[in-house]
Amino acid sequence: MLLSIKNLHASVQGKEILNGVNLEVNRGEVHAIMGPNGTGKSTLASVIAGREVFEMTSGEILYKGKNLQKLSVEERAREGIFLGFQYPVEIPGVSITNFMRTAVNEIRKYKGLDALSASEFIKMMEEKKKLVEITSNLTNRSVNEGFSGGEKKKNEIFQMAMLEPMLAILDETDSGLDIDALRIVANGVNKLRRPDNAFVVITHYQRLLDYIIPDYVHVLFEGKIVKSGGKELALELEERGYDWIKKEQVE
Amino acid sequence: MESDSNKIIGEFTQGDYKYGFVTDIDTEFAPRGLTEDTIRFISAKKQEPEFLLEFRLKAFRHWLTMTQPKWAHLHIDPINFQDIIYYAAPKKKHQLENLDQVDPDLLATFNKLGISLEEQKKLSGVAVDAVIDSVSVKTTFTETLSKYGIIFCSFSEAVLKHPNLVKQYMGSVVPYTDNFFASLNSAVFSDGSFCYIPKGVRCPVELSTYFRINAANTGQFERTLIVAEEGSYVSYMEGCTAPQRDENQLHAAIVEIVAMKDAEVKYSTVQNWYPGDKNGKGGIYNFVTKRGICKGSNAKISWTQVETGSAITWKYPSCILLGDNSVGEFYSVAVTNNHQQADTGTKMQHLGKNTRSTIISKGISAGKGNNSYRGLVRITKNAVNSRNYSQCDSLLLGSQCGAHTFPYIQVENKSSIVEHEATTSKISEDQLFYCQQRGIDMESAIGLIVNGYAKEVLKQLPMEFAVEAQKLLSISLEGSVG
Repeated sequence: MLLSIKNLHASVQGKEILNGVNLEVNRGEVHAIMGPNGTGKSTLASVIAGREVFEMTSGEILYKGKNLQKLSVEERAREGIFLGFQYPVEIPGVSITNFMRTAVNEIRKYKGLDALSASEFIKMMEEKKKLVEITSNLTNRSVNEGFSGGEKKKNEIFQMAMLEPMLAILDETDSGLDIDALRIVANGVNKLRRPDNAFVVITHYQRLLDYIIPDYVHVLFEGKIVKSGGKELALELEERGYDWIKKEQVE
Repeated sequence: MESDSNKIIGEFTQGDYKYGFVTDIDTEFAPRGLTEDTIRFISAKKQEPEFLLEFRLKAFRHWLTMTQPKWAHLHIDPINFQDIIYYAAPKKKHQLENLDQVDPDLLATFNKLGISLEEQKKLSGVAVDAVIDSVSVKTTFTETLSKYGIIFCSFSEAVLKHPNLVKQYMGSVVPYTDNFFASLNSAVFSDGSFCYIPKGVRCPVELSTYFRINAANTGQFERTLIVAEEGSYVSYMEGCTAPQRDENQLHAAIVEIVAMKDAEVKYSTVQNWYPGDKNGKGGIYNFVTKRGICKGSNAKISWTQVETGSAITWKYPSCILLGDNSVGEFYSVAVTNNHQQADTGTKMQHLGKNTRSTIISKGISAGKGNNSYRGLVRITKNAVNSRNYSQCDSLLLGSQCGAHTFPYIQVENKSSIVEHEATTSKISEDQLFYCQQRGIDMESAIGLIVNGYAKEVLKQLPMEFAVEAQKLLSISLEGSVG
């Protein structure tokens, strides 16, 4: 098992957001997490990535059998956890090339590998750019600076391709995308799917799941996964909305 | 016991007269304090021509009428100018046998900067094998330059070998009456660099103080004069990214640049003097007057500085744009960490027509550091159709540091355009988390973000400086967050 979350409780500034999440992800699987706004989807992603402001109050997260709580944010990343951000931040003056070269080599160092030479790195970058259909000038620009919403998300997918994670969590990567950008993002994910890695796709809408076919769909509601199913659950949610699930909860 | 130590102290403090320093040519040190006699002593020691002694004395007499300026946004403890030794004969540094004897902190920093072992030895005063000593490099270097008619030597050597050039240009850009510290320097300057580029010559190499033989011992009152004749070009690099330790607390230097018609001078500085400890104890006072004049039309002077060291920095590399169509540039990154203070900026004096100036200032404050940009853009009545663009950015790390901007703008005609932009930003938790999520640790993330912020300035540096300067920025801010 790649990721195992048991009875996870987490809070922000004393306010409990997650209250008892259970989730198991195996290698080779794609999981979709859906749910209305403010139910804790992004919090779940941040807790897995290790963001400090989110306090894990109880429960357990095992990743490759290791207790994640003991690892720093960067150690989790170097162990293969990637978070595709909902709102990628701008870093003025730092080119994507330089940013990625630093990241790739930090991860290599952690794994006991030598740093890539400039030419090896550029070759790798060209391959990945082609893979995720990124135009070449994007990587010469500063990280996310002046990027359109679509460019930011494409850049996230490009970084994911570069870092070759074991567990990629995409936090509403589809929000604010037109249909072409959505297709590029989805294609990127599909091309990077392998039997040994896994994806957790957080989304509001079914439409992304037309392109990325999930193995499992989970509904997160009021800090808990209240319903799980196959890809047909997403279609049902699209048709009926979330109200029926809310009602089920009340009953 | 007590009487013994009193006796020794007594001998020591009253020993001045015994040596009669004006006549005793073998004395290595001038006694503490500053009088006309001290100045005559310095001048005699250096066997200077009469005009230079006169210059020094005039400067000294003027200095006596002045008081230390208080307008800078700096807290400076009182300096006792009579408690300074103004002349010490160039002495050999205490030589160490190997790098094991060097302060491990210093070595760690050298390694982080990627400075070669040989250079490490040189910088920390370890004896270097004669074969690899850079004497031969220097000789080749000097031969190359003389082929072009370029003069590049110590100031003292220039005074003896090229007195007319020195007489003509010294004090022509920074007069001895200019300011308190410039007057002091003019009275007591120890040594420095002189550089002359003949008409139409493009200096084929970067001139670096590193290659100048006397560079190791220029002392605390350094003086540099650069003259670029018509149509010439030179790129000059001052300083060194390696940490510089010095027991003299006060450094008051002068740099003068003269650029004739169509000449271009690029002056780059990396300043990394000892900043004091984490509690603000010790550290260098770096009070420098740097100014260039674009004397002829189409002349260009460009200052680039990366200031990471010193406890207090007080410097405003400036341009007088006298020639029509002349250009002045100022690119600066100043870092203040722990208890460091910096008040730095520039003055752009537009006198000629169609003159242009650019100011890019990037202040970085961390710890309890205080960083001020102070700049004057003055466009006179005759400087029609002139332009200035200023951008002054401040980056804050943590919540106990300060950033201040003091722009002064005077425009005396209607056809000129002045633009001023200023921003203040912080390294956000979002940015750090984003980097960390990609596998980059906090310190590297800060280094990356700070270098990105300073990129516009760093790219102005010559290649060999730029790479080291990038590392230096990261190192200067280590431990400032988290």
